[in-house]
Amino acid sequence: MTVPIVELKNVVKEYANGPLKVTALRGVSLRIDPGEYAVVMGASGCGKSTMLNLLGCLDRITAGQYLLGGEDISRFSDEQLSEIRSRRIGFIFQSYNLIPQLNVLENIEVPLFYQGVSESDARERAEALAERMGLSDRLKHKPMELSGGQQQRVAIARSLVADPILMLADEPTGNLDSKTGHEILELIDELNAEGKTIVMVTHDDEVANRAQREIRVFDGEIVENLWKGGTTP
Amino acid sequence: MKSMPLERMVKLAAKNLSQYKLRAGLTMLGIIFGVCSVVAMLSVGEGANQEIQEKIQRMGSNNILIKSVKVPKKEEGSSGRHGPQVAAYGLKYTDAEQFSQFVPSLEASTPMKVLRYDIQFRERRLQTDVVATVPWFLRVQRHRLVRGRFLTHSDMDSGSPVCVIGSRLARLLFAGYDPIGQTLAISGDVYSVVGVVGDIAQGELPASGELWLTGENQKVYIPLSTYQQKHGDLFMQWTEGGSVFEQIELHELILTIDRQENVPYAVVAVRRILQKNHEQEDYSIVVPLELIRQARETRRLFNIVLGSIAAISLIVGGIGIMNIMLATVSERTREIGIRRALGARRRDIVQQFLMETLILSLSGGVIGLVFGALIPLGISAFAHVRTVLTFPAFAIAFAVSVSVSVVFGIYPARRAALMDPIEALRHE
Ligand SMILES: Nc1ncnc2c1ncn2[C@@H]1O[C@H](COP(=O)(O)OP(=O)(O)OP(=O)(O)O)[C@@H](O)[C@H]1O
Ligand SMILES: [Mg+2]
Repeated sequence: MTVPIVELKNVVKEYANGPLKVTALRGVSLRIDPGEYAVVMGASGCGKSTMLNLLGCLDRITAGQYLLGGEDISRFSDEQLSEIRSRRIGFIFQSYNLIPQLNVLENIEVPLFYQGVSESDARERAEALAERMGLSDRLKHKPMELSGGQQQRVAIARSLVADPILMLADEPTGNLDSKTGHEILELIDELNAEGKTIVMVTHDDEVANRAQREIRVFDGEIVENLWKGGTTP
Repeated sequence: MKSMPLERMVKLAAKNLSQYKLRAGLTMLGIIFGVCSVVAMLSVGEGANQEIQEKIQRMGSNNILIKSVKVPKKEEGSSGRHGPQVAAYGLKYTDAEQFSQFVPSLEASTPMKVLRYDIQFRERRLQTDVVATVPWFLRVQRHRLVRGRFLTHSDMDSGSPVCVIGSRLARLLFAGYDPIGQTLAISGDVYSVVGVVGDIAQGELPASGELWLTGENQKVYIPLSTYQQKHGDLFMQWTEGGSVFEQIELHELILTIDRQENVPYAVVAVRRILQKNHEQEDYSIVVPLELIRQARETRRLFNIVLGSIAAISLIVGGIGIMNIMLATVSERTREIGIRRALGARRRDIVQQFLMETLILSLSGGVIGLVFGALIPLGISAFAHVRTVLTFPAFAIAFAVSVSVSVVFGIYPARRAALMDPIEALRHE
């Protein structure tokens, strides 16, 4: 039996805003195995982003259990969680989230800085990824000078640079026109074909069709967990 | 996980700061002014201190200076008399004799008469202080002999009409002539110049010829005995109501004590003798040693005041830094969120913002030091105030400003690091 990349067991997430308590996730159980490509769907506000943030160790669960590679990380320190984000997780956001004062190469290199990778190694890897993303002629440009699709390519390159085991994408095509969105999705398909494990939040049924697995969330709970093509791993 | 190497941190910080050039520059101004004012204040303070110390040192720390002081005359006695009034006050010869007898550890007693006279060399005429004194005046006053000789014992014994002049007077009155061997008229009496004495520091020559001279380097020194033979102790003074005769036996008296430790005891004896001999306090006693002690005390106070002002200006600079860094941190909240999501630890965020603060304060500090060195030079040049640049002033200003900025930079940096990554990402 393969060790799952992540496993949520009865995870509850509450946000406390003063006296108001919002329960964003109410007992979610989920297992993601290596090489999977899963999309998370559901109405706005149902808890998709919350779930993704928990999977990416950006936030802490309120109750339940979170195993990363078989390891319970709920007691990890902030520093340890930072290291996990740096080495094992790749984030892709809807709004690209590039750092405006850094150019394309420097943006791609950011995660490597926090691992202490040498400047020349980082440069080499960033250049290779930029080339792969078709950004070779834009290396010294600032994010502001790039189109949305190009910015998202930079973001994907950045999420890949540390060679993570899990890629998390929160509506990566949400801000793009359908043609550019397609290109981005093709790229993500490609990554999955190469063996990357991907969890992607989307609103688009068509996008969802590309994935092998579809997770539907409703009001903080997983209501459907569907393996397409009939094979359950 | 390793930290970012220093060089890369510096590069990153410089890049980040270059986004806000104007803001960074204005923030630096705060530090520049802080450092600059500290250096300038310390230099002016040190200059003033040295000047005072030198002046006091020149008076001699082993000396006790006693001067005659004019006091309002009591009406009795002379009121019924007819004719020109005589105002008699000040130190008497008997005081001097008693000092020689009763003041312990006394090494030398230097009497002086100091009077203002018109002096003339050829057609040149001006008014200055004439000091009638004794040969050992030169040693006691620590004056430097520039040329010729000073007054001698044989001058004293024979009451010869010789004089020694200050170096500045030599330049003014004898411009174009060698003063040695020339004759000088002091209120009509002729004296031949035998020497030139120089003091220590001197000012510049005044632009236009002035007739009134004051200061150390422009006096005329003649033998006391010569003066006494020619003029006695009466001196005519012109006042609004006509002429008044003043009778002063000694204008000044310098008592030199063998060792500094004995000065306080000698002072006690001097006071006792003067109190016994004088009904009124028509004298003043200056003890340079006491002045030195006072000057040290004053300087300590001065340092405290300057230090507080400097501290305040540096703190103001520090607050400026904190303000700017807080603004920068809140503006870059999203960047912080992104970096955290990509694996930056809290420590990395703290380091990033502290490095920016450090670069701001270091470069502000360096610029401040440059201006801090220039301003005292300017003050010296234009205001004729002595300033002294000392290494400790630079070191203190720089170290304090940088550490203040770093301390004030910690709060914004920590604030950045403690942000919740998700909230930071969602910012804007
Ligand atoms: N920091 C927070 N404080 C309080 N409530 C929060 C916080 N973050 C999320 N929530 C709440 O949790 C619920 C789930 O939010 P989440 O962002 O996960 O929704 P979503 O499924 O991603 O929606 P969308 O499709 O619009 O992005 C929402 O009701 C939201 O209001
Ligand atoms: Mg969302």
